[in-house]
Amino acid sequence: MRFTKDHEWVAVEGDVATVGITAYAAEQLGDVVFVEVPEVGKTVKQGDGLAVVESVKAASDVYAPVSGEVVEANTALGDAPETVNSVPEAGGWFAKLKLSNPSEVEALMDRDAYEAFLSTL
Amino acid sequence: MRAGISQVKGTAGALSSGESRASSAVPVWSPRVSDQDLKKTSLYDAHVAAGARMVPFAGYSMPVQYKDGVLKEHLWTREHAGLFDVSHMGQARIRGENPARSFEKLVSADYQGLKPGKQRYAVLLNAEGGVIDDLMTARPDDDGLFVVVNGACKDNDYAIIAKALEGEATVERLEDRALLALQGPEAAAVLAVHAPQAAGMVFMDTAAMTAFGVDAIISRSGYTGEDGYEISVPAAEATRIWNTLLEDERVKPIGLGARDSLRLEAGLPLYGHDMDETVSPIEAGMNFAIGKSRREAGDYLGVDRISRELAGDLKRVRVNLRVLEGAPAREGAEIADETGAVVGVVTSGGFGPSVGGAIAIGFAPPALSAIGTKLKVIVRGKPQAAEVVASPFVPNRYVRKI
Repeated sequence: MRFTKDHEWVAVEGDVATVGITAYAAEQLGDVVFVEVPEVGKTVKQGDGLAVVESVKAASDVYAPVSGEVVEANTALGDAPETVNSVPEAGGWFAKLKLSNPSEVEALMDRDAYEAFLSTL
Repeated sequence: MRAGISQVKGTAGALSSGESRASSAVPVWSPRVSDQDLKKTSLYDAHVAAGARMVPFAGYSMPVQYKDGVLKEHLWTREHAGLFDVSHMGQARIRGENPARSFEKLVSADYQGLKPGKQRYAVLLNAEGGVIDDLMTARPDDDGLFVVVNGACKDNDYAIIAKALEGEATVERLEDRALLALQGPEAAAVLAVHAPQAAGMVFMDTAAMTAFGVDAIISRSGYTGEDGYEISVPAAEATRIWNTLLEDERVKPIGLGARDSLRLEAGLPLYGHDMDETVSPIEAGMNFAIGKSRREAGDYLGVDRISRELAGDLKRVRVNLRVLEGAPAREGAEIADETGAVVGVVTSGGFGPSVGGAIAIGFAPPALSAIGTKLKVIVRGKPQAAEVVASPFVPNRYVRKI
């Protein structure tokens, strides 16, 4: 699993990356009440808006940590947005992207680097 | 992911095309202020110790939520008793030969008819009938009027009041007092332990009394739609009183996040969002703020516009919307009719924890304001079904009779 400073995570299997937000981000957001996931087939560049998570008070954008085409979206979050809080780094994933530039993954932080980054916040 | 809850309030959107809400004299939410510029209430240390997330609000560093988070805090207040620090709000005394008569020059309510032991809502009007602020005025004792105004507006309010009343009445800011709100169905039982007199009060009663060993001004009122009290105490004693109330297991501290979702469900407009200097109290659905005697006398600011609007000549009115699908519609989201034509805008919106869905307050033409009217809200470019519903979204539980 790799991480961004915007608190997204990426888990790569073959040429497909699963994307979600970290436990830290989920805790900061508070109770998630709505998630907007992308449509399958959408192409995103690194840094583009990929999903939107909404708490009681606020809407927050989730940016694509890597470039690619959306091949699957976690539509189960429609009925169970709280999954983002309960298992943010597993069942609370938002989308799976077919990587268009796999080298982007290597440039992301590993777990130790992300933990070190969190300790500076 | 963009920074989360520190951005809980976006910048104000436009009420309708061509009318900038930024023209409002005082920003209600000022997220760019650095921490050093922020004032602290006397309860700041207690909030930090309780694990609050502090954010800038009305020039103060205020708790937006505690460890439980907005959702649980909201539901706790609806089921038990929530304790809020609202010391950022302005507390003042207006004194003079006939302070009620003097104050009526600026506000909409019948304050000469306000009986001792009662408080009454009003709006501070500009010459065009727009709202400079909304406020509560009380007669807890014989010491003139006790007035509570919004924190973000208080400097401007006091300057306007002092100038207009010069020579006949004075405004004294009560900077050495804190203001707590205890809200929820168990609030009355909790407060009865410390202020037995409060148990005999009904909604909008107010009294100066000794409670918690200090001189307190207590009213049975609030901003959540629940039964409860607002409690003014000396700031120097506020932390002790705050902690005393929290020792009761029915009471939890509640942040501004839940205060906003509670007031939204209660259908209560928020100044700077649902009302501002361009919006009249009639457009905002606060007709009751114009006292009967004042309507008959026609002696309030903006009477031309407001009397016309009271007679039914309105271009836009406040609507309460239930968002039936998709994402919550937040402040600034456009409201469209069934054909997709934009007809208005959301001025407050979010997820209602007790409603269990997305709700919003906005403005629309009167022809589209009837309960049951099908409308759309446009969120991130997508039209979503919405319906005009009655206010409040959640029935209020004010105690009107003992």
